[in-house]
Amino acid sequence: MVGEEENTINKLDFEETELRLGLSCGRKKVHHDNDTTNVNGKRGFVDLKLNISSHDINNKNTQLEFKNNSSLKTQVAKTQVVGWPPVRSSWKNILTSQKIIGHQENDKIGNGVLVKVSMDGAPYLRKVDLNMYKSYQELFDALAKMFSSFTIVQGMKDFMNERKLMDLLNSSDYVSTYQDKDGDWMLVGDVPWGMFVDSCKRLRIMKGIEAIGLAPKAMEKCKNRS
Amino acid sequence: MSGSEMSEDEERPCPSDLTGGATAKARNCCFNAAVSGGASGGVSGGVGGFHFSPHPDQVLENVLENVLCFLTDRRDRNAASLVSKSWHRAEALTRSEVFIGNCYAVSPGRVTARFERVTSVAIKGKPRFADFSLLPPDWGAHFTPWASVMGDSYRGLEKLYLKRMSISDDDLALLARCFPSFKELVLVCCEGFGTSGLAILARDCRKIRALDLIESDVSDDEVDWISYFPENETCLESLAFDCVECPIDFEALEKLVIRSPSLKRLRLNRFVSITQLYRLMIRAPQLTSLGTGSFGNPTLTDEQDPDYASAFAACKSIVCLSGFREIAPEYLPAIYSVCCNLTSLNFSYGANINTEQFKSVISRCHKLQVLWVFDSVCDEGLEAAAETCKDLREIRVFPIEAREDAEAPVSDVGLLAISEGCRKLKSILYFCQRMTNAAVIAMSKNCPDLVVFRLCIMGRHLPDHVTGEPMDEGFGAIVKNCKKLTRLAVSGLLTDKAFSYIGQYGKLVRTLSVAFAGDSDLALKYVLEGCPKLQKLEIRDCPFGDLSLRSGLHHYYNMRFLWLSSCRVTLQGCQEIACQLPRLVVEVISGEDEERSVSPEHVNTLYMYRSLDGPRADAPSFVQIL
Repeated sequence: MVGEEENTINKLDFEETELRLGLSCGRKKVHHDNDTTNVNGKRGFVDLKLNISSHDINNKNTQLEFKNNSSLKTQVAKTQVVGWPPVRSSWKNILTSQKIIGHQENDKIGNGVLVKVSMDGAPYLRKVDLNMYKSYQELFDALAKMFSSFTIVQGMKDFMNERKLMDLLNSSDYVSTYQDKDGDWMLVGDVPWGMFVDSCKRLRIMKGIEAIGLAPKAMEKCKNRS
Repeated sequence: MSGSEMSEDEERPCPSDLTGGATAKARNCCFNAAVSGGASGGVSGGVGGFHFSPHPDQVLENVLENVLCFLTDRRDRNAASLVSKSWHRAEALTRSEVFIGNCYAVSPGRVTARFERVTSVAIKGKPRFADFSLLPPDWGAHFTPWASVMGDSYRGLEKLYLKRMSISDDDLALLARCFPSFKELVLVCCEGFGTSGLAILARDCRKIRALDLIESDVSDDEVDWISYFPENETCLESLAFDCVECPIDFEALEKLVIRSPSLKRLRLNRFVSITQLYRLMIRAPQLTSLGTGSFGNPTLTDEQDPDYASAFAACKSIVCLSGFREIAPEYLPAIYSVCCNLTSLNFSYGANINTEQFKSVISRCHKLQVLWVFDSVCDEGLEAAAETCKDLREIRVFPIEAREDAEAPVSDVGLLAISEGCRKLKSILYFCQRMTNAAVIAMSKNCPDLVVFRLCIMGRHLPDHVTGEPMDEGFGAIVKNCKKLTRLAVSGLLTDKAFSYIGQYGKLVRTLSVAFAGDSDLALKYVLEGCPKLQKLEIRDCPFGDLSLRSGLHHYYNMRFLWLSSCRVTLQGCQEIACQLPRLVVEVISGEDEERSVSPEHVNTLYMYRSLDGPRADAPSFVQIL
């Protein structure tokens, strides 16, 4: 039960940052059905203005709602339904988007963890889902494929050759770095794969020279962790 | 591929028409019942021919091909292709525009095998309810398999239209690489790509005339894609990127507009300020359609504001206006001079426009045919529109607060006013909270030309707010009186009666959307038995079960799809359908989603559709294909 609650809270957290600051106090349509005894629906019955706030007092969810909804009316945690009214979510986002400050660096889609990957010399960045790979080698193979399809500027001939790129990535010419949860840039490969997936927010493949300064710091951090 | 059945190829060639005349052709027809295959017994007939002139078959085919070129409507073409094998072949060779209503109904290979000389392709992917988060994001509708096959077979491709498909940057790169004559790309409600894909497209499609991104999700790859258009003059006629949620390099955009003399349609995103808009407008007075971007966030300087009004006045050809994403209402009077020419006005992005501001604009729009607004204009605003816009064909009123407990400021009053003022109305989408049967009945009588009637009473199961009755009579009147009605969306408190009306009178209805309505299986039964033209049926949260599902067995092969979510169908019921109709792909999503608590024996979502090529290979793990 606790796990479920935490899950819901995490979801709400994410959802709050996405949709909160707009004109409409439009909450994302999440079915707050923490009441597991009533599985087969409240759906399809008439009165849905259920005041389940007394239930929610014991529920951490309420605190999140207070933070983000000023009107008293919404203290009543009304059972909302997914996708109703049928307005495209992009419409709702339009109303709130002008108020959103900054992007989310990471997108969590389902179980995926999307991070932006930039490579020095390539003119634009790509996104990868870290959950699709089980090891650093798999990730690098995929990156090599991705960036080798760039046929952008003349100086980029190296990028057209996947094998060569692989060599480059594996050699000391290019160093892969990532930005972790704390905002620090670390060297890729020092921590176990699982830990990396959890903490990686962004990837950057930089020319070796620039990465020299990173090494000591990364080592330090690793030592502190273990 | 939608509409009529596909005819199958026959083994034996057609006899010469000169030997048999019309009757031989008739006997050789390969009419097909559904997709059950098997040609009707053909006439053998000799392949007579004259020795010293082209084979008569060939002459006929040449003639046919030349004639069929004039046949543009796909339904006419589908019919023509069923006449005989030679017609089928000639039609296939002359069809240049292919429309695929459901990307999983047919495989890409089959399409390219039949139609060889295609220059324009339109494909629709996900069912519409995916827009409302009712499908997990990785459900499917990938463009990649189509891209790779078309890349080989349709080298002359010029136009591509995709709706609700997932298209990747690599797919866009393929378009740029494989189709040297590529001219138009329209992506509606698509996702999976980003600005890097746009950059490749801009750079490599030298002949591109239209790049229209409509309500699509474009990821920000931090690349200045506008600057990738080639340096010399472009042939751009239409550039729409209002849905792109990332900043663009304005200088690059301005230079692009300057070197695009053919540009007629320009839709800016909200990152273009009104000051920047001004600079663009004075460069492109030839525009016919303008999406204004933010229409706000002016660069504040000590100098006077630029003369926005004169910029608009200079654009004498503007007939279509949208945008106003972050509107600073004090600038609204600048558009007055173009109002009298407008045929289309979209205010449904401009949140903070109130009734008075709206009235000041709408009262000048005498020629308006299409109007999209927010309900913040109130009934009074709609009354003003009804007074002025006598030529209105389409109106959409969206809710500012899209919640079922929101206090929507429009009601039956606004609907009635529209019906009385806009007699030529063909299409309406109306979100509200308070509605009456009387207003809906009035509309059914005042607007006999209605083709699309979509009413969304946001509070679930809300009755007529004056009489307390269900909304049955209102919707009944619509199907009864609006004889041209093809699309209907119902809401509010509805009993089985409403559906009996739909089944009884809705003879032309092709698309029906139902949510939180009906009492029993009878409701769905009425519809499936009564509506012969039904193609697309999307239903959610209704008490319809296996029994009602069975009542549509005779019709499912004629439909593009059926969607049933959070209803009362069981896995077994779906299984039965799948067994009885082998060419139907029956996709089931069982209650995995915690958020949508459905009773465990009921399936969460049923999505089924006919397919010539069997179940798809790319179904994700949460989809079960029976």
